Amino acid sequence: MRNAGLILGLCLTGLLAAMALVSFFWTPFPVDEVRIAARFRPPGGANWLGTDHFGRDIVSLLMVGARNSIAVGAVVIGLGMLVGVPVGLAAAARGGWADEWLSRATDLVFAFPAILSAFLITALLGPGVVNAILAIGIFNMGVFARVTRGAAQAVWRREFVRAALALGRGPVAVTLVHVLPNVLGVLTVQATISFAAAILAEASLSYLGLGIQPPAPSWGKMLHDAQTFMLLRPSLAIIPGLAIALAVLGLNLLGDGLRDLLDPRLRRSR
Amino acid sequence: MIAFLARRLVATLATLLAASVVVFLVLEVLPGDPALLMLGTEARPDTLAALRGQMGLDQPAPLRYAAWLGDMASGQFGVSYTYGRPVGELVAERLAVTVPLALMALVLSVAVALPLGILAAARHGGAGDWGVMVFSQLGISVPGFWTGMLLVLLFSGQLGWLPSGGFPGWGNPGAAFAALVLPAVSLAFYEAAIFARVTRSAVLDTLREDYVRTARAKGLGWRAVLWRHVLRNALAPVVTILGLQFSFLWAAGTLVIENVFYLPGMGRLLYQAITQRDLIVVRDVVMMLVGVVLLVNLAVDLLYAAIDPRPRAGTGG
Repeated sequence: MRNAGLILGLCLTGLLAAMALVSFFWTPFPVDEVRIAARFRPPGGANWLGTDHFGRDIVSLLMVGARNSIAVGAVVIGLGMLVGVPVGLAAAARGGWADEWLSRATDLVFAFPAILSAFLITALLGPGVVNAILAIGIFNMGVFARVTRGAAQAVWRREFVRAALALGRGPVAVTLVHVLPNVLGVLTVQATISFAAAILAEASLSYLGLGIQPPAPSWGKMLHDAQTFMLLRPSLAIIPGLAIALAVLGLNLLGDGLRDLLDPRLRRSR
Repeated sequence: MIAFLARRLVATLATLLAASVVVFLVLEVLPGDPALLMLGTEARPDTLAALRGQMGLDQPAPLRYAAWLGDMASGQFGVSYTYGRPVGELVAERLAVTVPLALMALVLSVAVALPLGILAAARHGGAGDWGVMVFSQLGISVPGFWTGMLLVLLFSGQLGWLPSGGFPGWGNPGAAFAALVLPAVSLAFYEAAIFARVTRSAVLDTLREDYVRTARAKGLGWRAVLWRHVLRNALAPVVTILGLQFSFLWAAGTLVIENVFYLPGMGRLLYQAITQRDLIVVRDVVMMLVGVVLLVNLAVDLLYAAIDPRPRAGTGG
């Protein structure tokens, strides 16, 4: 049963990645092709999932939208890890005031949920995907710093780390050789789950018009556009939401499955 | 206990202060000339000068920061540039939508998730457990605004039972309540998913404790053990998540969902202020949202300490 979740997660995530990859060299229709005569086509025929209010092909929009979602997620996770992991490792290694400062700094970061920081940054810089990435990225720096710190602290208490210290290894060497490899599992799980959360946050921001800007396709923007026409053509509102939900579900299942694989002690309670 | 309380209070105040510096820097220092950002480069010089005067931009930034802080502390908010009214007044009107919405969502999610989480733990490994986990996994994967759209499609479009958006005001309580049902359900679906999972996990952890085994060995019935021992002890993590979820609902969930349903709450006020570049409203509303998040977190910490005395002795988190 447990493996079923992991396998489903792998399949959904693989499908998402495949959609995004294929979109680089093939989509059923050019994604920016506006054909007013073909607007609001129902699913079926040449346009498998129909067309939107500009006559654009929904499948093509979904494929390129997947690419954009993955790009935002990857950059956000990269930013979060690039800053959060070293900070978390340092706080665990130093303890004392460094640790206290990290706790206060993450408190500050978590006081601004990603959506709220995005609002704040948009007020300053205007809407745009870079600002959305910045907002979600800053939040993830806090997430990764705190997760890394917690996991690293547990490793620091282990005997092999004490042994390495007793043998005269410095804190930096111990962190790189012993602590980092032992927190990679936790970080992989967190990256998967944060990736899912980033896709959700980006979709929310693009839905509000604060994320990816048109004409670049995004799943959130597709839902925003659909809201006006959804009573006329419900599939416009159902399909992009389903894409978001399946992508997020896949990543969450993958994260849960990986956690069970990497830390079997947690298996019973989750 | 007093030392713990004092430490948490000081930490919260420090974070609040740091947050105010961030908000002030982002909105009043980084833009260079906030008046220019608000009015745009086409603005007439005398309009710009008037706004600069109103915002006190002729003063140095540290002085302006101190004045703003003093005003906020005494409940004096700025005057909205677009509405021409004090932000405090605007917020008071909007709270009448956002607070009931967040509370409705919270109550609904607890009412659904608590029994589901307990059921899943009690039937651990069985079909009930599996069903709750599937519900939970789906709930955290579906964007709240999409749930809202689907609910509108069904309950407003197809069935015509509930309004698809807008808010008639509390003068007509029935209609006002009806207007909040679909947004609250959209928010609660996601919350309940997280909440059911945490409850299940907390109850399962408690079920494995020795005193539960002892109580069972004493011959106490399964139901009695669950009610008398397990639920009381599983409460601490549940309360923590409850607080965190309220913060999320308050400062993120409602921001999006109010814009799906065109509800005149804090989220809509903030969103409109951003699109109209009304930085005074943005500054004060963001600060209020963050302030409440921090106060709720403090309250949760204190409540947690009251229920479960362990974090006081430890190094804390």
